[in-house]
Amino acid sequence: MSYNWDFHSVWQYYDLFLWGLWISVVYTFGSIFFGVIIGFLTCAARLSHWRVLNVIARVYQEIFRCTPLLVQLLWFYYAFPLLIGASIDNRVAGMLTLSLYVGAFYAEIFRGGIVSIDRGQREAAAAIGMSPWQSMKRIILPQALKRVLPSFINQSVIQFKNTSLVSVISVADLAYMAAVVNGQTYRPLESYTVMAALYILMLLPLTQAADWIEKRLRVSD
Amino acid sequence: MNAQARNSTPIIEALSLHKSYGKHEVLKGLDLSLDRGEVVALIGPSGSGKSTFIRCLNMMEIPTGGTVRFRQKTVGDHFRDKGGEIGIGTLRRHVGMVFQHFNLFPHKTVLQNVTEGPIVVCKTPRKEAEERAMDLLSQVGLAEKHGAYPNHLSGGQKQRVAIARALAMEPEVLLLDEVTSALDPELVGEVLSVIRGLAEKGMTMAIVTHEMAFAADVASRVLFLDQGVIAESGSADQVILNPQNPRLQGFVSRFRG
Ligand SMILES: Nc1ncnc2c1ncn2[C@@H]1O[C@H](COP(=O)(O)OP(=O)(O)O)[C@@H](O)[C@H]1O
Ligand SMILES: [Mg+2]
Repeated sequence: MSYNWDFHSVWQYYDLFLWGLWISVVYTFGSIFFGVIIGFLTCAARLSHWRVLNVIARVYQEIFRCTPLLVQLLWFYYAFPLLIGASIDNRVAGMLTLSLYVGAFYAEIFRGGIVSIDRGQREAAAAIGMSPWQSMKRIILPQALKRVLPSFINQSVIQFKNTSLVSVISVADLAYMAAVVNGQTYRPLESYTVMAALYILMLLPLTQAADWIEKRLRVSD
Repeated sequence: MNAQARNSTPIIEALSLHKSYGKHEVLKGLDLSLDRGEVVALIGPSGSGKSTFIRCLNMMEIPTGGTVRFRQKTVGDHFRDKGGEIGIGTLRRHVGMVFQHFNLFPHKTVLQNVTEGPIVVCKTPRKEAEERAMDLLSQVGLAEKHGAYPNHLSGGQKQRVAIARALAMEPEVLLLDEVTSALDPELVGEVLSVIRGLAEKGMTMAIVTHEMAFAADVASRVLFLDQGVIAESGSADQVILNPQNPRLQGFVSRFRG
């Protein structure tokens, strides 16, 4: 093959790539932040004895776990505004969807951790007079969170990759910027290769760190 | 002991206690009254309701009928004291429990396991709680293990920490549910001797056990539970050494080997 690689003309737009990368990072951490809050609330609702809360949380989780993220993004950006009769900013729609999506998974991860803790732990806490809340905070949660940390990190790494989908509603993330650079240079091979390389550059250290943490946790058990 | 017991007022009582799981009636109206300093042993075949009964005494199981009374006050099914009733939280501060499977907190050190209750529930200052915990740990012979995590302890050591954890709340009553059943035979002795020491110091205890010799030795009263009722009760002499009831005879002879 005699393809003439020309990274130079593509890399002239490095500021676009870096800005796009920055936006991807912002959406990743932003949605992780809101997702954790949503996840905790949903998990609490799932574990509560209040039937209505239970059902609502369940329905929310199933909707977001059983539709593709791409479909959710399109729905929130194009359909949801008609439902509420007001337009919705694509950045808001992107962040909202990503957060709700990952929150549904986090809720399941947290819940799994909590119910996996031996019943005897709750009983021992109760037996020394702890309230259910004290027992949850001091005895159950610390053990549960440690146990689910690897799954939590794993889900968060996947979330970084998922953010690339917001480009379909024109949020200027890394994937979107690669398309912009391609439009300027007509060099798809270089544009998209740079994009892929930047994703790898970001994610490789994260997956390595995740493996390392998982190993550490297993040893300390 | 008996004369003394008759004069004092009961510290904890169960009146006509019933417990059902769905249609399955596990406790069919049990009565028990424990005076200060009394040690009662509960014996009986597996499934007779011993655990359920003892767990009702600190409301770990909520009875479906009858009442639990603590210091002559009815215990409600709510956490805090309410009206004239004692709350479950208050009851458990004063009535300790030790479990068959220890249930130590694995993410906390031995010392933290013991100080957890006083610090979190009683709001005891940390330093004071730690000093007292170290005292208790030396009482059960584990002071040098205070920094260890439960995973690094033997079963007997775990159970002795669990006893220290319960004692840290300065309970007026201690409930023990087959606390040596999960232990290797050679580790049973060290736990029983700690309990014997507590009995000698006047700790009020209800002990579920299959150790007949130990029950006979330490208990002022022995109850034989069978199919959810107290089928026999009396001194260790009457119940364990000279049983009359044929089912009890069969049970006791099996456990004395
Ligand atoms: N949470 C529960 N749900 C349903 N049945 C139970 C439960 N706990 C105990 N039981 C039943 O109650 C009976 C008495 O159990 P238990 O009190 O543990 O007996 P013991 O301690 O004397 O072996 C058994 O038949 C057991 O199956
Ligand atoms: Mg039992």
